[in-house]
Amino acid sequence: MTTQQAKPALQTGQMSAVAIADNFSDLHPPFSTLQAMAESNRCLYCYDAPCVTACPTSIDIPSFIRKISTGNPDGAAKTILSANIMGGTCARACPTEVLCEQACVRNVAEDEAVEIGSLQRYAVDHLMARNLPHPFKRAEATGKKIAVIGAGPAGLSCAHRAAMLGHDVTVFEAKPKPGGLNEYGLAAYKMTNDFAQREVEFLLGIGGITIEYGKALGRDMTLADVKSSFDAVFVGVGLGATNNLGLAGEAASGVDDAIDFIEKLRQASDKSTMPVGNSVVVIGGGNTAIDAAVQAKRLGAEEVTLVYRRGPEHMSATEFEQELAKINGVIVRYWAKPVEIKANGRLMGMVFEKTTLDASGKLAGTGETFEVKTDQVLKAIGQKIKTDDLAGMEIAGGKIVVDENYQTTAAGIFAGGDCIKSGEDLTVQSVEDGKCAAIAIDAFLKNA
Amino acid sequence: MADLSCKIAGIDSLNPFWLASAPPTDKKYNVVRAFQAGWGGVVWKTLGIDPPVVNVSSRYGAHHDQNRRLLGINNIELISDRPLALNLQEIRECRQEWPDHVIIGSMMAPIEERAWKDLAQQIAESGVHGIELNLGCPHGMCERGMGSAIGQVPEMVEQVTRWVKEAVDIPVFTKLTPNITNILWSAEAALKGGADAVSLINTVNSIISVDLDKMVPEPMVDGKGTHGGYCGSAVKPIALNMVAEIARTPETRALEISGIGGITTWKDAAEFMALGANAVQVCTAAMIYGFRVVDDLIDGMSQWMDDQGYSSVEQFTRKAVPQVANWNELNMNFDTKAVIDPDKCIECGRCHIACEDTSHQAIAMNAKPEGGKEFVVIDEECVGCNLCYHICPVPDCITMEPVRTDKPYMTWPQHPLNPMRDAAE
Ligand SMILES: Cc1cc2nc3c(=O)[nH]c(=O)nc-3n(C[C@H](O)[C@H](O)[C@H](O)COP(=O)(O)OP(=O)(O)OC[C@H]3O[C@@H](n4cnc5c(N)ncnc54)[C@H](O)[C@@H]3O)c2cc1C
Ligand SMILES: Cc1cc2nc3c(=O)[nH]c(=O)nc-3n(C[C@H](O)[C@H](O)[C@H](O)COP(=O)(O)O)c2cc1C
Ligand code: SF4
Ligand code: SF4
Ligand code: SF4
Repeated sequence: MTTQQAKPALQTGQMSAVAIADNFSDLHPPFSTLQAMAESNRCLYCYDAPCVTACPTSIDIPSFIRKISTGNPDGAAKTILSANIMGGTCARACPTEVLCEQACVRNVAEDEAVEIGSLQRYAVDHLMARNLPHPFKRAEATGKKIAVIGAGPAGLSCAHRAAMLGHDVTVFEAKPKPGGLNEYGLAAYKMTNDFAQREVEFLLGIGGITIEYGKALGRDMTLADVKSSFDAVFVGVGLGATNNLGLAGEAASGVDDAIDFIEKLRQASDKSTMPVGNSVVVIGGGNTAIDAAVQAKRLGAEEVTLVYRRGPEHMSATEFEQELAKINGVIVRYWAKPVEIKANGRLMGMVFEKTTLDASGKLAGTGETFEVKTDQVLKAIGQKIKTDDLAGMEIAGGKIVVDENYQTTAAGIFAGGDCIKSGEDLTVQSVEDGKCAAIAIDAFLKNA
Repeated sequence: MADLSCKIAGIDSLNPFWLASAPPTDKKYNVVRAFQAGWGGVVWKTLGIDPPVVNVSSRYGAHHDQNRRLLGINNIELISDRPLALNLQEIRECRQEWPDHVIIGSMMAPIEERAWKDLAQQIAESGVHGIELNLGCPHGMCERGMGSAIGQVPEMVEQVTRWVKEAVDIPVFTKLTPNITNILWSAEAALKGGADAVSLINTVNSIISVDLDKMVPEPMVDGKGTHGGYCGSAVKPIALNMVAEIARTPETRALEISGIGGITTWKDAAEFMALGANAVQVCTAAMIYGFRVVDDLIDGMSQWMDDQGYSSVEQFTRKAVPQVANWNELNMNFDTKAVIDPDKCIECGRCHIACEDTSHQAIAMNAKPEGGKEFVVIDEECVGCNLCYHICPVPDCITMEPVRTDKPYMTWPQHPLNPMRDAAE
C-alpha cells in the first residue's frame, strides 16, 4: 500500500478485510436474554397504546412485550407476525425513532422510549431459530388463483396473507432472488447473515405460494396476459427507475446510481471485494443517500462528502440517520446543487452551485460555485415507477392510482408498496399495503 | 395449539382461567367484557342478603417494588353493594347470552341455616353452574360474624357447606381463608360437609403501609385505617403451599381445587395446576392490567403445552404433587454447588458479599492480573444454599450443579448424626 500512482478509480483494500467485516456486522447488535428481560419490563403495558397507533402495521406491541417478559418469546413472535409477517426485517430496518418508539409514553417522563425494535427482533429471531412448523394455518382452499407481480415486501406480504386466506398464489419476479429491496436495498449492516432470504423462506412455509423468477411484467408478459389466467392480480413492483441529474458527462465511468452501488454491495458475500472510490461524493438527502455514504465510508473510502441542495431540516432522512452519517465521518454539505461533472476519460470532480431560498421560498442558485475532487459520484436523488411496464393502469403524480381498497383503475387489479401513494416509502408500509390488499382481494373474490 | 378446555367439579370450562369473586365480576358490564376478552368463567362478586352493604371511600392500599410495579394490594371492600335482585337478573342475562361460559355464584350469610339455604336457592335459580361459599373475607364482614369468622372455625365450615349442599343440586365450592393455623383442617371440614371443590386462597389479613406524616395506616379513611385483605403476586407462595398440602394429603386429596392467589402469568397458573389445582381464578392481575391479561395466560400456556407435548390440561394437572415431600423424606446425601460462568459475570460483587456476610464465605473475590475481578466458588465451603444463584442479576451466570456421588439416598431419620435415628437401619 505505498504507491499512489497506478491506482484505478475504484479500488479495494483501503481497509483490512477484518475491519470491513466488522463494519458490516449488526448496526444494533441483537438483545441478549438479559437485555430483553430488562427492557421488556420497562414497558408499561399501556391500554390503547400510542406505539400501536404509530406502527403502520398496528402490531399489538404491549401484548408482545408482555409475552417476552413472561417467558413466552415464541408467543410474542406470533403476535408480531400475525400483524406483520416481515416483523423480522422491520425490527431491523424500521426508522423506529419516527414510528413506534417516537410515540412511546416512556418518552414523556423519562425521555427514553422502550426499545420496541430490538425487542421485536429478539422475539422473531427466537421463533425463527427454532425451525418449528410455520406458525399460521391456511384457511380451507377457495380454488381461486392470485397473481402477484414483484417479490418485494409488498408482494410477499400480499402473497402470504392471500395464501392464509385459502387462495393459491403465483408470484412473478423479474430478478433471480426474492425480497425486493430487503435483499438488494436495505443497508448491509441492518440485514446481516442473509436475513432477507431466511425470512422469505420462513414466509413461504405457509404453503400455496409459487415464485417464478426472471419473469418481468412488461418484458415477458402484459397485464392483460396475467389477468386472463388469474382471478385477481396484485402489483407490487416498487420503484424501478431512478432520477437523473440531467448534466453532461453523467454517463462517465465513476458516476453511478446509489442504489446500484448498494445492490452490488449487498450481493457481495465478502464485502472487502467491493470496489469503492477514494473520494466519494453522494448527492441527495434521503435514506438512500445516507446509506450509500455510510456504507462507502465503511468500505474504506478516505473521504465521503454528502451534498444536499437544502438544509438538514428538509432532509427526508431521519435525525438518527443524519447523526449516523456524521458519526461515521461523512462530511455533509447543505445548500448546494450539482452543476457540472468534470471528467477527462475518467471522473475528476464535481462542481456545485450554492443555493438559497428566494423571496418566494423557492430554491435558487446563488451563482457562487465550488468544486469537490472525486473519483466516484453516487446519485441518490430519488426513484420513480417504471411506467412502461404498467400499461393498463392509471398513474398520477408518479404513482399507480388506487382506491381505499387498493384497487387500481383496472378491475381486479390491485397494487401496493412503493408504487402507490399510501404512507411513506418504507418496508413496514409496504408490508401493510400487501396485507390489506390481500384482505381486500379476498372480499372482492367473495363478492364476485 | 393445545386444548385448554377443562373440567372442575363436573363443570366443563373453555379454559381453566376464571375471574375470582371481586370487583372485576361485580356486574354484567364487567362480566360481558371479561367473556369477550377470553376468560372461561367468572365467580360473581359475593352476594349477601339485602339490604346491600355500604362501602367506604378509599379502599385499596399498595405494596410496590422500587420501580412502582405493584407486588400486591390490600383492600377493605365488603361484598356486593348492589341489590340481590339486580345481581340475579344480570346473572340470568349473562347465562343466556354466554351459554358456553361458566358463572359461579358466590355467597355469604350469617351463621343461620335458613339464611344460607334461602340465599343459595335463590342464586341457584338464576341458572349459575355452581355456588361458591365465601368463608374468607378477613375484614369488615368477619366483624359481623361472617367471612373469615366462619372460615376460621372448621366446624362452621363443615356446617355451612352441608346446609348449602342440602339446599341445591349444583356443585358447591367452599372458598377457604388462609388466615388459619392449618389449611388442612378447613379443607377436611369442607370435604366432610360435602363440598365438590375448594377454592383457595382468599385474601391474607394485612396492614400494607403507614403514612408516616399522618401516622395512619393505609388505605386511609378520614384519618383512620384498618387491616384489610392482601392479594396479588406477593401472596402466590402462600397459596401454592396450601394448594399443594390439600392435594397431597390422603385425607383431603379427593377434593378438587380451584387455585387462587397472585396468579399473574401463564407460568403461575401452570404451577398452581401442577401442584393440585384443576382450574384457577384471578383477581388482582386483572385489576392491575385489565381483562386482556388472559391473552398471555391462554397463549403462554398453550405454547408451553405444545413445547412439552401436552395435548390437554389434565396431562399436567397435579403432575408435581408426588414430588412434594416432607422435609424428613429428603435425601441428606444430595449435594449441589454453585458454579460461576466467568464469561457472563459482570463483576457486580453481590454474590461475594451475600455469601461472605450471610452465608458460608464460599465465594472468593480475586483481582485479575489484567485488571478487574474474578469471582470463584470455593467448593469445600459451598453448602449449596442457592443464595448467590438467586441474587445474581445475570440469568444463567451462576448455576447450581449437583455433585456426582455414589452415596445412597439417606433421609434424616436414617442419618448417623440424628440422635433419634430409626434403630432398625
Ligand atoms: C437504499 C434504500 C434503503 C432503504 N432503507 C430503508 C430502511 O432502512 N427502512 C425502511 O423501512 N425502508 C427503507 N427503504 C425503503 C424500502 O426498501 C421500500 O419502501 C420497500 O422495499 C418497498 O417495497 P415494495 O415491495 O413496494 O418494492 P420493492 O422492495 O422495490 O420490491 C419490488 C419487487 O418487484 C420486482 N419488480 C419490479 N418490477 C417488476 C416487473 N416489471 N415484473 C416483475 N417484478 C418486478 C423487483 O425486482 C422487486 O423484487 C429503503 C429503500 C432504499 C432504496
Ligand atoms: C377488592 C377486592 C375485593 C374482593 N372481594 C371478594 C369477595 O367479595 N368475595 C370473595 O370471595 N373474594 C373477594 N376477594 C378475594 C379474591 O377473590 C381473591 O381470592 C384474592 O384476591 C386472591 O387472588 P388474587 O391474588 O388473584 O387477587 C376480593 C379481592 C379484592 C382485591
Ligand atoms: S407506549 Fe411504550 S410503554 Fe406503552 S405499551 Fe407502547 S412500548 Fe410499552
Ligand atoms: S379507579 Fe380512580 S377514577 Fe376510577 S373509581 Fe377508582 S379512584 Fe375513582
Ligand atoms: S452476582 Fe453474578 S454477576 Fe455479580 S459478581 Fe457474582 S457471579 Fe458475577
